[in-house]
Amino acid sequence: MKVVVDMNKCQDHGQCVFASPDVFSMDDDGHLAYVPDPDDALRDEVEEAADVCPLQAIRIEG
Amino acid sequence: MTGRIVVAGASMGGLRAAEQLRAAGWTGAVTVVGDEPHMPYNRPPLSKEVLAGKAPFESLAFTPKAAAADVEWRLGTKVVSARLRERAVVLEDGTSLSYDGLVVATGMRPRRLRCPGPVTGRHTVRTLADAQGLRDELTRPGVRVVVVGAGFIGCEVAATAVGLGAAEVTVVDPLALPMVGPLGELLARALLKRHEERGVRFRLGVGVAGFEGLSRVTGVVLSDGTVLPADVVVESVGSVANVEWLDGNGLDLSDGVLTDVWLRAGGRPDVVAVGDVARFPNARYDGVPRRVEHWSIPTDTARHAAKTLVAHLGGGDVELAPFAPLPTFWSDQHDFRLQSFGAPGLGLDDVRVLDGGPDGDVLVGYHVDGRLVGVVALGGQAAAMGAAKYRAQLLKQPALTV
Repeated sequence: MKVVVDMNKCQDHGQCVFASPDVFSMDDDGHLAYVPDPDDALRDEVEEAADVCPLQAIRIEG
Repeated sequence: MTGRIVVAGASMGGLRAAEQLRAAGWTGAVTVVGDEPHMPYNRPPLSKEVLAGKAPFESLAFTPKAAAADVEWRLGTKVVSARLRERAVVLEDGTSLSYDGLVVATGMRPRRLRCPGPVTGRHTVRTLADAQGLRDELTRPGVRVVVVGAGFIGCEVAATAVGLGAAEVTVVDPLALPMVGPLGELLARALLKRHEERGVRFRLGVGVAGFEGLSRVTGVVLSDGTVLPADVVVESVGSVANVEWLDGNGLDLSDGVLTDVWLRAGGRPDVVAVGDVARFPNARYDGVPRRVEHWSIPTDTARHAAKTLVAHLGGGDVELAPFAPLPTFWSDQHDFRLQSFGAPGLGLDDVRVLDGGPDGDVLVGYHVDGRLVGVVALGGQAAAMGAAKYRAQLLKQPALTV
């Protein structure tokens, strides 16, 4: 599974971090960091992360 | 599973319901009916980025999940009546649709002021068309804007209008402070100061008596007799539930659609409600049914209601947990953000500063019987992250006793 976050849209709300802490995190400056190619077993939580993003900036490919 | 589920309403709640029906294992037909001509889109930017011209209207469209690719979309029409005992709804053009399951996702519409005066020049912000129309007016040079209602939408639109360079922006509200209902006095006062420092004027503790102008609005008459000159008026005075189509079915429609803890309406296992039209008891709190207009609610309710409905239609004897979401909201205004977790509105009698102070980044806790029930941060992104640190604690709290 490939995860793409549109960083022009992202406003660091961090809702994705609650939904999928294995894939999304906030760095020390409060900016989003993420794993671009997470294991397929994490699909449910990554989909939830995409759902709860206020800016709808998260796209799942494949 | 065969048959058809009709989803009445094609906004975020309708989309999420369709997707979650598939996720819950429903393999029958899904028909979504919605009155707007557009596929579902994200509304929060309508009062902020899109109104400011920083994001194009096209950027708002949701991307439906692949699992929902075979959903039938009937857009530009709406459900006008329902016969729940016969499991049928009727569309605007007279078409009758029978269903095995029904999802109520018809949402809200803006409440309008009924006082006398011209209609042209008065706006609401709910739909794409609303935001497009308002943007055209806000970008005229020297424009004077009066915003009626100092809630979420009113405060956001006022901030956006100042950012667009409007000559005057004045917010009117009968309450003494902006957003005092959801935030309480301490934060509302801090919010007022920040808005005033950034050029928004306020006329608080006063209502609107009427509008001046012949063919279009030229001024807002306040209840104390003063007149605010206005080229554009934004009415952000709350919303009304779109439930008239459910009349005559014995449902409690006094404020949205009353549901049980599984989001079923009228005790019917084949009818569920999602989004801000659903008035549900939150098992996390005091059991009092409330409608919640936060952005997170369509997704949360859809997830739960889809399981409820599919469990019933699948015929299985499934034990479902009661719905108990942790509410969350945010609001971006000027260069600051409000970020909330939990239910601050339940703890307005015991508000404490947890971090920072009202003049800078501030984190505020709301308590019931000494226990934290909600937090709200006001300030920069670091403050919002500070609020998030309390999320786990709020999730672990036992339910408030009724």
